[in-house]
Amino acid sequence: MAKLREYEKYVGSDVIDELELYAGKLSGVVIQNINSTAVGGGVAEILMRMIPMLHELGVNAIWDVIKGGERFFEVTKKMHNALHGQKITFTQEELDLYAQTNEMNAREMNLRGDIIFIHDPQPCALVDRKKDLGRKWIWRCHIDFSSPDPFTWNFLKEYIEQYDVGVFSAPSFARELSIPQVLISPSIDPLSDKNRELLQEVIDSVLERFKIDKNRPIVTQISRFDYLKDPVGVVQVFRQVRRYVDCQLVLAGGGATDDPEGAKVLAEVQEIANNDPDVFLLLLPPASDIEINALQRASSVILQKSLREGFGLTVAEALWKSKPVIAGAVGGIPLQIVHKHSGLLTHTIEGTAFALRQLLQNPSFAKALGENGREHVRKNFLITRHLRDYLLLFLSLEHKGEDIVYL
Amino acid sequence: MSLVPNEPFYFFTRQNLTYLTGRKARNLPELLAGIKEVPTSSIYHHTHHYLEQHEFLSPEPPNDFAYWITDILQDKVLGEKVASIDLREFFTLHDIRSRIIEVIEHAMRGNPNAFQQNAPNGEEFHFMNAQTFVFPTKYVAHSLIDFKECLEKVSIYSIYYHVFEARLRRKFSDFSIWLAASLGEDELAQEFMELDPYTQTLENLRRTLIGHIETRLKEGIRGKASRI
Repeated sequence: MAKLREYEKYVGSDVIDELELYAGKLSGVVIQNINSTAVGGGVAEILMRMIPMLHELGVNAIWDVIKGGERFFEVTKKMHNALHGQKITFTQEELDLYAQTNEMNAREMNLRGDIIFIHDPQPCALVDRKKDLGRKWIWRCHIDFSSPDPFTWNFLKEYIEQYDVGVFSAPSFARELSIPQVLISPSIDPLSDKNRELLQEVIDSVLERFKIDKNRPIVTQISRFDYLKDPVGVVQVFRQVRRYVDCQLVLAGGGATDDPEGAKVLAEVQEIANNDPDVFLLLLPPASDIEINALQRASSVILQKSLREGFGLTVAEALWKSKPVIAGAVGGIPLQIVHKHSGLLTHTIEGTAFALRQLLQNPSFAKALGENGREHVRKNFLITRHLRDYLLLFLSLEHKGEDIVYL
Repeated sequence: MSLVPNEPFYFFTRQNLTYLTGRKARNLPELLAGIKEVPTSSIYHHTHHYLEQHEFLSPEPPNDFAYWITDILQDKVLGEKVASIDLREFFTLHDIRSRIIEVIEHAMRGNPNAFQQNAPNGEEFHFMNAQTFVFPTKYVAHSLIDFKECLEKVSIYSIYYHVFEARLRRKFSDFSIWLAASLGEDELAQEFMELDPYTQTLENLRRTLIGHIETRLKEGIRGKASRI
C-alpha cells in the first residue's frame, strides 16, 4: 500500500502537509465505516485504500461489514437496480427482510464510532439506532441517483432523512431531502496498476498481444458491454469517422460472459462490427488493470459515450494519461470535462463522430485538451482530494449551518 | 517604515466543503431566479471555486455562471458580459450578486423570448453552496525575508485565503494590510493591491508576489531603502 508522501510528486508536499493539519483536528474521534462487503466492488476498494491513509494521518478510522443471507443481498441488489432507475416491485416480505437484517446487525454490531459512516443502501437502515445511541451519522451514496424508482426512493428516504448528512458523487444525484447534502466526487489512485506510468515496452507488448497496430491511430472506449455505455453507438461513430480518417477502434471491457444482458449486447456489437479487422472487441478478465492502462496510454482519443453513468471514473483515468476524451454529458462526466477546455461533451452519434474527426485531425488541439484534462484530474480527482473532502466532512458535523468555520 | 516589524504575519489556509442544494436551472430565467434566491454562500461558490478547481484554465471564464451561459446555453455575448464582471470592484457577495442580476436582466429585457432555450439534459446548472474551513498553518513571518520564504512554501489555498477571501472580509488582501501596517512597506503594499488576482493562476500569483518582494529586497541591499 502506497504511503501518503509518495503522492507528493503529483500533488506537492504542501497538499500532504495540509492533510495532516486537517486530520490533527480529529484527534480522539473514532470514525466507524460500515458497508456490505469486505472484498470486491468499488466501495470496498475505496475503503481498502482510505482506511490506511486515515491511520497514517493519525485518524482513528475503523471498518465493519454487515452480515446478511443470500436472500437479503438479492433484495439489496434489486434495490440497487431500482435506484438506478429500473422499475422494480418489492414484496412486503422483501422489505421486511431488509429491515430485519439491518435490525439484527444493529443489535449485534459494536456501534462504537463517534461518527458512523454508512456506505450505500444495504446498511442504510442501521440509522434506526441513532434514536438511542446518538452520535453523528453520515450516509454515503456511491451510486447513480439521478432518477431512482419512486417507490424504492421513498422507502429509503425514511431512513436517509434520519442521518445528519448525505453524501453524493455528482450534482445530478442531489434529491429533495430535509438533511444537508454534500458533494464528494470519487477519485483515482495515480499509484495503482490502472493509472501508474508504464514502460513503452509494456504498452507495446499489450498492443502486440491483441494484434493492434501501434502505428495507426487508436480510438478506445473502456467499459462493460452494457446498453448504457452505448457500444453499438461507438461502432457507428467509428464507421462515420473512418470514411475520412484512418483509425482503429478498441472496445475493451469485462463481465460479459456471465451476464446475460452483457452477452446479448456483445453479440449485437459483434454483428455491427461485422468482422472489421480494425475493430477490436476485447473481453478482459477481472485482473486486467495493466492491460486497461496500456490500452488507454496507447490511444489517440478515448471515448466514453455513456447514456447513463454513475460517475464515469474511466474519464478521469483517461484524462490522467493526458488523453483527449469525448464523452456523454451524464452522471459525473460534466464535472470531469469542462467542454472545449479539458475534453468534449457530446449528445449524439453524429456529434461524437464530428468531435472525433476534429481531434484526430487536429493533434495540437487534442493535445491541449489532454494536458488540461490531466491538470484538472491532478487538482480535483486524485485520492488525496478525496481524503481531504472526507476529513472536512467529518469536521463539518460539529459545525452545522456555519458558512465559515475557524479551527 | 520601521526596522522592527510590529507583529508577525500568521499564515492561515482554508478549504471548502461543497453542498448540493438540489436546485437546478435549465434555462436563463431559471438561472436568474436561482441567483436571486440562493444564499450568498452559493454566490461565493459559483464565482470563486473556478479559481481553484479550474485554475489551469485561467484566464478563461472565471465563474460558473459565465461558463454555463457561454458553453452550455451557447450565448457567447451574454456569457462574455458575465465573465467580464470585474469582481475586484465588489467587496461584498451581495454586491456581486446584484451586478450579475443586473447584467442578465439587461440582456433579457431586450428580447425575453430568446432566452427560453433549455440546456441539454444532464447539463443543467446545479446550485451549490460552500462551507469554508480556516486552519492556522505553521508558517509565521517576522520580516520581509521570512514573508518571502513562507510564500514559497505555503499552499495555493493559503494564498487564496489571504488574497481572495480577505477582500471579502476586509476589502484588501491580508498581505497588503500587513506589509503596510507592520513592516511599513507602503509601496510594496500598494503594488500588491494593484495586482489583478482574478485573471491569473494562483501559482502565477505566487510567483508575481515573490517577484515584487525580491525586487524590493534588492533595492534594500543596494541601499535605496535604508530602513529595511
